[in-house]
Amino acid sequence: MKPDLMAIGLQTVLLLLLSPLVSGCIKNWKARLQNRRGPRIVQPYFDLIKFLRKDMVISEHASWVFSAAPYVVFITALLVGLMVPMVTTQAPLSLFGGVLAVVGLLALGRFFMALGGLDPASAFGGMGSSREMTIAAIAEPALMLAIFTVAITVGSTDFSHIVAASQSSGWGMLNPTHLMAFAALFIVLLAETGRVPIDNPATHLELTMIHEAMLLEYSGRYLALMEWGASIKQLVLMAILVNIFLPVGLAANGSVAALGLGLAVFLVKILLLSAAVVLVETVNAKLRLFRVPDLLSAAFVLAAMALLSTFLFH
Amino acid sequence: MDIAPITLLPLALLGYVVGSLAGLVFLRHEKLANFCSFGCATVAALCGTVACVMSLTADSTAASLQLQLLPTLIPYVQFTVRLDPLAAFFGLIVSLLAFALSLYSLGYARGFYGRKNVGGLGAFFNLMLLATTLVVMADNAFFFLMAWEIMALSAYCLVSFEHEKPETRSAGVLYFVMSHIGTGCIMLGFLLLFQASGGYGFAGFHALSENADWLSSGSRNAAFLLFLTGFGIKAGIVPLHTWLPAAHPVAPSNVSAFMSGVLIKTGIYGLTRVFFYFLGAPPMWWGVTVLTIGTVSAVLGVLYALMQHDLKRLLAYHSIENIGIILMGFGASLMFLHTNHTLLATLALIAGLYHTINHAAFKGLLFLGAGAVLHATHTRDMEHMGGLAKRMPQTAFFFLIGAVAISALPPLNGFVSEWLTYQSLLQGFGTTDSLLRLMFPIGGALLALTSALAAACFVKAFGITFLAQPRSEQAAQAHEAPLTMLLGQGVLVAACVFLGLFPTVFLRILDPLTQQLTGHQISQQLTLANGLVLSGVNQTGGTVSTLGIAVLGICLLFIPFALWLVLGQKTKTRIGPTWDCGLKGLTPRMEYTATGFSKPIRMIFKALFRPRREVQREYDFSPYFTTSLRFEAHVEEVFETRIYRPLQRLVLRLSRRMRALQAGSLQAYLIYIFITLLLLLLFAL
Repeated sequence: MKPDLMAIGLQTVLLLLLSPLVSGCIKNWKARLQNRRGPRIVQPYFDLIKFLRKDMVISEHASWVFSAAPYVVFITALLVGLMVPMVTTQAPLSLFGGVLAVVGLLALGRFFMALGGLDPASAFGGMGSSREMTIAAIAEPALMLAIFTVAITVGSTDFSHIVAASQSSGWGMLNPTHLMAFAALFIVLLAETGRVPIDNPATHLELTMIHEAMLLEYSGRYLALMEWGASIKQLVLMAILVNIFLPVGLAANGSVAALGLGLAVFLVKILLLSAAVVLVETVNAKLRLFRVPDLLSAAFVLAAMALLSTFLFH
Repeated sequence: MDIAPITLLPLALLGYVVGSLAGLVFLRHEKLANFCSFGCATVAALCGTVACVMSLTADSTAASLQLQLLPTLIPYVQFTVRLDPLAAFFGLIVSLLAFALSLYSLGYARGFYGRKNVGGLGAFFNLMLLATTLVVMADNAFFFLMAWEIMALSAYCLVSFEHEKPETRSAGVLYFVMSHIGTGCIMLGFLLLFQASGGYGFAGFHALSENADWLSSGSRNAAFLLFLTGFGIKAGIVPLHTWLPAAHPVAPSNVSAFMSGVLIKTGIYGLTRVFFYFLGAPPMWWGVTVLTIGTVSAVLGVLYALMQHDLKRLLAYHSIENIGIILMGFGASLMFLHTNHTLLATLALIAGLYHTINHAAFKGLLFLGAGAVLHATHTRDMEHMGGLAKRMPQTAFFFLIGAVAISALPPLNGFVSEWLTYQSLLQGFGTTDSLLRLMFPIGGALLALTSALAAACFVKAFGITFLAQPRSEQAAQAHEAPLTMLLGQGVLVAACVFLGLFPTVFLRILDPLTQQLTGHQISQQLTLANGLVLSGVNQTGGTVSTLGIAVLGICLLFIPFALWLVLGQKTKTRIGPTWDCGLKGLTPRMEYTATGFSKPIRMIFKALFRPRREVQREYDFSPYFTTSLRFEAHVEEVFETRIYRPLQRLVLRLSRRMRALQAGSLQAYLIYIFITLLLLLLFAL
């Protein structure tokens, strides 16, 4: 019973390589829907390489916490990615932690990102940190309750067990409990990845930004790590959603054929979900900050209803 | 000399006595008093720690150590201590914190030289340590109550140490009153148990739990409520918490750390002792009540903490939150005991107890950090701090460790105990068919809310205090704390890291304790892969490995390093000004403030906080060019304004009426006494 180093290595590479692609697709498709040409799908890769080669400017007010934050954000995103099943039913690191560790590690990354935002003494950073922590605080109960609902029906907080149980239930997955939990998690996904009704990843306008405000003082290598970490986190949250609620095509063993098929199906699922995100972003306007809690409490209520409905359907 | 708990424990108690006397003897020589009293306390606490660890790791079949301290002079009053596993566990918490705090105090007390009476501080501090140790080890109700009172009184003296400030005096009185209401409830509770068992020994009370018919269910429920109130006041549960955020911040920081880290845990000790050892099989509503109180305390504690900008007051509110989390574990455990799921009950109990020692470690650490900041900047107001990470790097680092731990972030200890709590709540869903099982997932969701809000609060506490530009001259002039203060914090940092990374090692010493309380030893069951991995009661329920996460996280650092090696070797790093939108540089007044940081949360929960603000501006010719501005913002503390104020008014009105009795004539008093006696005799007939 020890973690498989090969699997860890492969999934790390997958996370590193696939996550910019997802971000690129979302940006490009969103632009197309808005009748713009938009950046190329592979643009995020070039951006990352460019950032890595640039000199850094660090604020004179910043302390060592500012420099530690990008590493923590990047590493926690990777660790979380290793705990979630992507292509195979068994996550490489499932022994080291399940749902609760994922939520905890994401919170650790956010904690340091918010500190990094406060450190350079700029009002923008403080504003971003304050809003990010607030939104995270109201999104977390909805996230936890939705995951708890799924976990309770399975009796485990281990993603691999949850996915296996979903797989074995077949069409039974399409019960109201799971549909409502999915809806709740989708709203949380939008909040956690800073998508439109909650945050706008495309602007640097002070009134609207949350995530970008915290990154304002980062440049060069640190910015690359922050951006990369954010897209890995986005990929991981999407993987959680698609693999819990649509567990088709996951490779049950380590044969090349199974892995290849698993990867192809995973790509299709992730891109479908990205398309859904693009659609939501295009047809919605950003909410006022103090309307966001309404949306997130709707997610909480959905999750609570999902929980109640377990009484009716089990 | 053979080192055994039997020799070390009396040594520890003796050390506190000597330290206390040394403080009084050297009242006029402050340096000597500081060195002797806190030095003695350090050594004594170290002895106590070793004794407790040895007794917990010793062969569990060995009988627990019993010791008579003084000869029995009065019937019923026996001065005996017993080091059973429960006592040893809480003794460990007390001694470990006492060790770190005494070490810290050696440096901290220097700040009082020439201003205050350091000998008195040392004497009362030692007395408090002694009494607290005796509280958790006393073997009968009389001795327990005596130690309890000495503990409360010495803590009162320490809270009022800086009594020249009116705020301190009123906080001291509030603490004094609340504490005694609690003691009254506990006394009544013990009297109920005495009626049934016919003695005051704890062994006799324990026999009650096995003979259910000795104690009617009515008096069992009454005892439950009395103890819950009495110990609950000490622990600071909502709505009995109001004294806590008033009293903890005004005490000297070493004392605040002890009060928040340990003293409130004596309430938890009492609850554990009574609920799991004396009262026997619990009805369902006990567990439901405790779980509800725990959840409410956790959420309200953290919400109020977010509104504070006094660093120590913020930490005090977090104690309420953490007591709530501990009680969530206990409540769940009582519910499982009722449904006869003893394994799960053990898991939930372990979650609560683990969080108890965790909270002691990180809250002690955070208060010590706050003390070091106070020492350096002479203010508790976060709006006047900032930029301390550069001026006090070690303290900042230690405080950050504490902040990560208390926010329940992996891989530190807060995460481990909350993970255990989540696991027991999750598994609890299957234990009953009634609608009550919904309490578990809802409790889990509220626990998630609590820890997310705690993270927000500690981003604020750490960010505003230690990061960015200093907001005042004192903060700009701040200096690092002396070595002993850093050592004291270092001990607790080590404890937090150990409890976080090696939970399976620590769980082993809880085995005798759970054996005593629920009859199960489950550390083997919770351990996988040679102790690397922690699991739920059944392995499919979920596993976690904080050590694995930490090690792998460090290994993964090679990726950014490799990227730098390949792409970024030629890059340079420049130090430049922060982007200021074209202004002439940023001033500290443009930074985010603590009040500003928590504003979104204040707005979201405005139904609870009822925020009130008052803005007065003066201008000459246009409202856009303000010449002066006054801003005032308040948050209502619902319990204080809605419950305590009316209650206070009622008591005052009643006591004014009663004053008619107190006319000052001795004859009248004698008549009252006579009549009372007569009535009592009639009643007895």
